[in-house]
Amino acid sequence: MDIVEEEFINPGTRMCAGCAMQLIYRFALKALGPNTILTVPASCLTVLHGMQGFCSTKVSVLHTPFATTGAAASGIVASLEEKGLADNICVVAFAGDGGTSDIGIQALSGAAERGTNFIYACYDNEAYMNTGVQRSSSTPLGAFTATTPGGKIRPKKNMPRILEAHGIPYVATANGSYPIDLYDKFKRARDIKGTRYFHILSACPPGWRFDPKDTIYIGRLATETGFWPLYEIINGKFVLSQPSKKFLDPAKRKDIEQYLSAQKRFSNISKQDIESYRNYIRDQWNEIKRRLENQ
Amino acid sequence: MTDSKKDYQKILASVQKPVIGEAGKTGTWSILKPIINLEKCIPVKSGKPSCYNCWLYCPEAVITRTIPPQIDLDYCKGCGICVEECPAKAISMEVVKTE
Ligand SMILES: Cc1ncc(C[n+]2csc(CCOP(=O)(O)OP(=O)(O)O)c2C)c(N)n1
Ligand code: SF4
Ligand code: SF4
Ligand code: SF4
Ligand SMILES: [Mg+2]
Repeated sequence: MDIVEEEFINPGTRMCAGCAMQLIYRFALKALGPNTILTVPASCLTVLHGMQGFCSTKVSVLHTPFATTGAAASGIVASLEEKGLADNICVVAFAGDGGTSDIGIQALSGAAERGTNFIYACYDNEAYMNTGVQRSSSTPLGAFTATTPGGKIRPKKNMPRILEAHGIPYVATANGSYPIDLYDKFKRARDIKGTRYFHILSACPPGWRFDPKDTIYIGRLATETGFWPLYEIINGKFVLSQPSKKFLDPAKRKDIEQYLSAQKRFSNISKQDIESYRNYIRDQWNEIKRRLENQ
Repeated sequence: MTDSKKDYQKILASVQKPVIGEAGKTGTWSILKPIINLEKCIPVKSGKPSCYNCWLYCPEAVITRTIPPQIDLDYCKGCGICVEECPAKAISMEVVKTE
């Protein structure tokens, strides 16, 4: 295995046992290396870094208010360019789904439109977890949260598509259950100039309501059912990632009910919603097939 | 004369020092701990660096990529992911008393 040995997160963090986000961050930092400046808005990831005086990571992090992640990153990039350090240091914004798809979308869109030279990574645990599981626009259909007691009525917002519409050079999806795929993508993205966007599914035991031992299993099911395909869009070219390739064949996909029934947040989901998932997955893969054939 | 730049830095940015165990000995969060049965562990059996699924999937990075793999129980949170992801079923959760 040619994965970097050095760890950039020290053990003994405040994250829950079985947190996929910490695994995602672990491999992202390994791929990015020490010459990286991060900026992070309020989220579980803020808490990972620690409290006053001490921190658990070995990288430089600028904590920033919720709505400002894209703007904070733009400021860091501008100052590095001014100092002539922009070629050596990679600027990375790392934010939750609430901080990305709701509160920070304006600053992110602005930075992407300006072509700011940075990576923006959203770890998507599909709710505002740090404040006790409130729904975000990235919470999926039918999921229980503190603010959707009957299950969410609206489907998940498709952030990678919104970012692709900005015409940026790199968009990728990833999943905490595929750390090698994630590592390779961060390595690739590090060497591309311009705005690069990651959307990473991040299984969350207390928020999704499953046993911490099943974090990898549940996240993997999201991809194996075809719900969360892994891909890259590099300068407009759609590339299906290795772990998702076989799911082009619908017969290879597991039924979405396996994924939903493994998590108590979906325990009251309706038959109709499950059918909507099946249709969503079918349409999503038809589109992927079309894209692959027509490029 | 006061160094106003330094004063601003103190107010605007608290510089944090990296430490191990920022949240204390997180090993105390669980009494169930992963124990590796070395007779079943693939790199131990083959004598070659291989497998290391436990190292790969541990969110806490408390497993070493060595022969044999070693787990730092002082900080292992006892999630059980390594047990699930070991292809040789070499790891089991056992009650380990820590003082
Ligand atoms: C302006 C502002 N509003 C609300 C909060 C409270 N707050 C802190 S973390 C958080 C949840 C963030 O959710 P998300 O971005 O999905 O990250 P997660 O906690 O799920 O990792 C909220 C609402 C805040 N810190 N600042
Ligand atoms: S609430 Fe979820 S995302 Fe936040 S630390 Fe716990 S497991 Fe991780
Ligand atoms: S139980 Fe969890 S934290 Fe402990 S070594 Fe295994 S994967 Fe790591
Ligand atoms: S996953 Fe199991 S077999 Fe593989 S290195 Fe770890 S303990 Fe050994
Ligand atoms: Mg979230």
